[in-house]
Amino acid sequence: MNEHKNDNEEAQSAVSRRGFLKGIGGGFIGSAAVGTGLLGEQAAAAVTGPPTMSGPQRITLHINGTQRQLDVEPRTTLLEALRDRLQLTGSKEVCDRGQCGACTVLIDGVAVLACMTLAADVGQREVTTVEGLAPEGQMNDLQQAFVAQDALMCGFCTPGFVMAGEALLRTNPTPTAGEIRMGVSGNVCRCGTYPKVFEAIEVTAKKRRS
Amino acid sequence: MASWKPYDEMKVMGQRQPRLDGPEKVTGRARYTYDQRPPGMLYGVLLTSPHAAARVVAIDADRARALPGVRAVLTDIHPTGNVRFAGEYVAAVAAVNKQVALDAVALIEVNWQTRAHVVTLWEAIDEDAPRVFADKDNVTESERGDGDVDAGFSQAETIVEAEFFTQVQTHSPLETHGSVAAWDGDELTVWDSTQAVHGVREGLAKALEMPANKVRVICHHMGGGFGAKLGPGAYSVIAAKLARQAGAPVQLMLSRKDQHLSVGNRPDSWQQLKLGATKDGQFTAFECTTWGSGGIGGRGGVSQPYVYSFPAWKQQHHDVATNTGGARAFRAPGRPQACFAMEQIIDEMAWKLGLDPLDVRLRNDGNETRHEQWRIGAERIDWPRWRRREPGAGAGPIKRGVGMGASIWFTGGRGTKAQMDILSDGTVEVRCGTQDLGTGTRTLVAAVAAEELGLPIAAINARIGDSDFPYSGGSGGSTTAPSVAPAIKNTAEKAKAELAIVVARHLGVAADTLSFVDGTVRVASGQTLSWREACAMLGANAVSVQGEWQEGLSGSNVAGCQFAEVEVDTETGRISVIKVVAVADCGLIVDRLTTESQVNGAVIQGISYALLEERIMDSETGRMVNADFENYKVLGALETPEIDVILYDQPERGVIGIGEPPTIPTSAAVANAVYHAIGVRLRDLPMTPDKVLRALEGA
Repeated sequence: MNEHKNDNEEAQSAVSRRGFLKGIGGGFIGSAAVGTGLLGEQAAAAVTGPPTMSGPQRITLHINGTQRQLDVEPRTTLLEALRDRLQLTGSKEVCDRGQCGACTVLIDGVAVLACMTLAADVGQREVTTVEGLAPEGQMNDLQQAFVAQDALMCGFCTPGFVMAGEALLRTNPTPTAGEIRMGVSGNVCRCGTYPKVFEAIEVTAKKRRS
Repeated sequence: MASWKPYDEMKVMGQRQPRLDGPEKVTGRARYTYDQRPPGMLYGVLLTSPHAAARVVAIDADRARALPGVRAVLTDIHPTGNVRFAGEYVAAVAAVNKQVALDAVALIEVNWQTRAHVVTLWEAIDEDAPRVFADKDNVTESERGDGDVDAGFSQAETIVEAEFFTQVQTHSPLETHGSVAAWDGDELTVWDSTQAVHGVREGLAKALEMPANKVRVICHHMGGGFGAKLGPGAYSVIAAKLARQAGAPVQLMLSRKDQHLSVGNRPDSWQQLKLGATKDGQFTAFECTTWGSGGIGGRGGVSQPYVYSFPAWKQQHHDVATNTGGARAFRAPGRPQACFAMEQIIDEMAWKLGLDPLDVRLRNDGNETRHEQWRIGAERIDWPRWRRREPGAGAGPIKRGVGMGASIWFTGGRGTKAQMDILSDGTVEVRCGTQDLGTGTRTLVAAVAAEELGLPIAAINARIGDSDFPYSGGSGGSTTAPSVAPAIKNTAEKAKAELAIVVARHLGVAADTLSFVDGTVRVASGQTLSWREACAMLGANAVSVQGEWQEGLSGSNVAGCQFAEVEVDTETGRISVIKVVAVADCGLIVDRLTTESQVNGAVIQGISYALLEERIMDSETGRMVNADFENYKVLGALETPEIDVILYDQPERGVIGIGEPPTIPTSAAVANAVYHAIGVRLRDLPMTPDKVLRALEGA
């Protein structure tokens, strides 16, 4: 019974690895496969061991309502793709390992750490960065509240806080004081702007309700 | 002597003015050094020493040079090849992207000859400890004092002796230190995350042996400094050298780990204190023996005796060298350590004598401003109610208490110069070579100019953060506001006077009959021109004037006090700060909103120092084991208490800086509150749950 179960698990994981490859392959399958023949090698690797990818991969990112095609190494994070390739430098790298929230973006409306997400793993999902909340520089209501309440000082953590606050308000339009704190608890501010960040989110929640 | 107009006549200064760069920062448009992308920019990465003490015998970088995408490799960046802490820079690479640069660094082979190291104060003071510097002892002694200490103690009716420890704290600005360097022929432009654009220019010119007027340093926005970015960095020089070798701009930002290791910290301290007092709480003498380790940098000072007056005092200090990164100025250097120990021993004395801790402070505090601040703070926290509660007397496992602490900061500021242009279309530009660390300096510059010209703040284009602008010093020591505000006022005053002469000539009136109010120019005879109409009279001759800092517009000797209410869970050892009342000494407030933020931030950093932050060194390997943001804890949203900020303004004292003072007494106030809550004293920062439980067990 035990053996059987193990076999089954292995089979499932092999399938899911191929599914993984297919999933991320969606955006770049044509060019990468034709250009380097890499995908064939990877598919073979998936049968015998862990999948590997190397060399540039063509991906298409759906960002702030536009589609952007780029060639990235598989190890390129979404944050690097945004900052170094697409000139979207609003999202910040502070800790580089998911400890501070400064790189927070929305993927299909959910807060995600861009430094912990591989660019090639985003697929067709819609990415919203802090720039995307303010098309043509027009601040949205939450951004306006951050300015009005002075919920920023050096401002380096601010894009992450804005995105975390936006994600919170989209999933919970009526957050309690405790829920607001919890909603931004993954974000670090060294200048100590927290009290005014809470105010900015609270003010915006009230405004959006009315 | 120059003077400000009456406070109640001010229209811009003293108001709640949202910071001018807010919209750029909340939309991600603000470009920090880290966001600069000059065309063709390469990414630099450093190879740092994994050893705390070692000599570089040889570096083989051939494989790194051969890696496709690598454009520059430097193997001669360490000045002596003699490494004294883990994290020193020994080689650097610039490549087309960060991954390639990281790969290249991994291919560099260093032949190390390691030596014995010593990374903690405790080990370094041992006579047999390895020497950090071959030619001198690890410990440097000094002594200071005043009055006859022995006589003072003989007059004392009670003596308290106690020992305190504080940890090493790293600055941890969210934007790490770093530069982007770009050459144009023999001219160099450097974007630098710095607290001193002029200081970095001078330092770079010297290090690169080139004229300072061929170096331009720019810092439009920077992600925090707290004292760690006051001087020119080795990384800036390395970026410039990599850029020269590669023939392309290079960005070199430190990693989070390098930031913890190599660009400063607040030194630790070990303090043995002795305090004598009469039975009614009058201090007669104070004596202390202190140790502090600023790593390889010295500066392990502890500023005793802090705040209070003593008829006689003595400090014997030991500055201890260790194989760790050198200390740098960190938000009121030497003060939080001293305050933590001093305020606790005073508290201990008061409870021992059966006196009110506040009364004992008032009796020995010679600062009249602070007397009033103590009164206000005590009322806001409801001290008269709390003082009746005996330490540790609360029922149940979760106990509450209130404690207090005071601060003083001496520095004012001076020396800033500025320039202002008023153009015939009515636009106003003011330029000053200061920089905005997140403190709101850009907004301060515009607010002062707007006030002087009778314009709304939006009418002023305030340009700062560029060494091509008139000189202003480094933003440290809380000197920026008192140094910059007077210079801007003086410059605007001169510009206004020049404009007045032109307008008066056109109108055929005397210049002193004109006044600049609410965006208009009014003539005493009753005529009113709009600002634009007035400026149009300039024709092709724009106003362009320089001004500078003037005596009489700024102050120093910044007092302040804080009260903290805490809750201690005696079963888990967890301390929660419930509320902090911060009475901040503000002089003439330029912007009420950003000043509040400064105080909030200072208190939050103080709590973080009190409860969480600590650099942990491993004696065996000589390395910092928590050089990230997961194991080096910084206070977050869930631990932030209610903060009651009281801006105690005294406009007659002029503009003063408050970046540092409000962070000093927080850890002391929290520690005294913990004692009040549980009846046991915590003498060792940070006050983590394990220490609370151990203290309770020992009680």
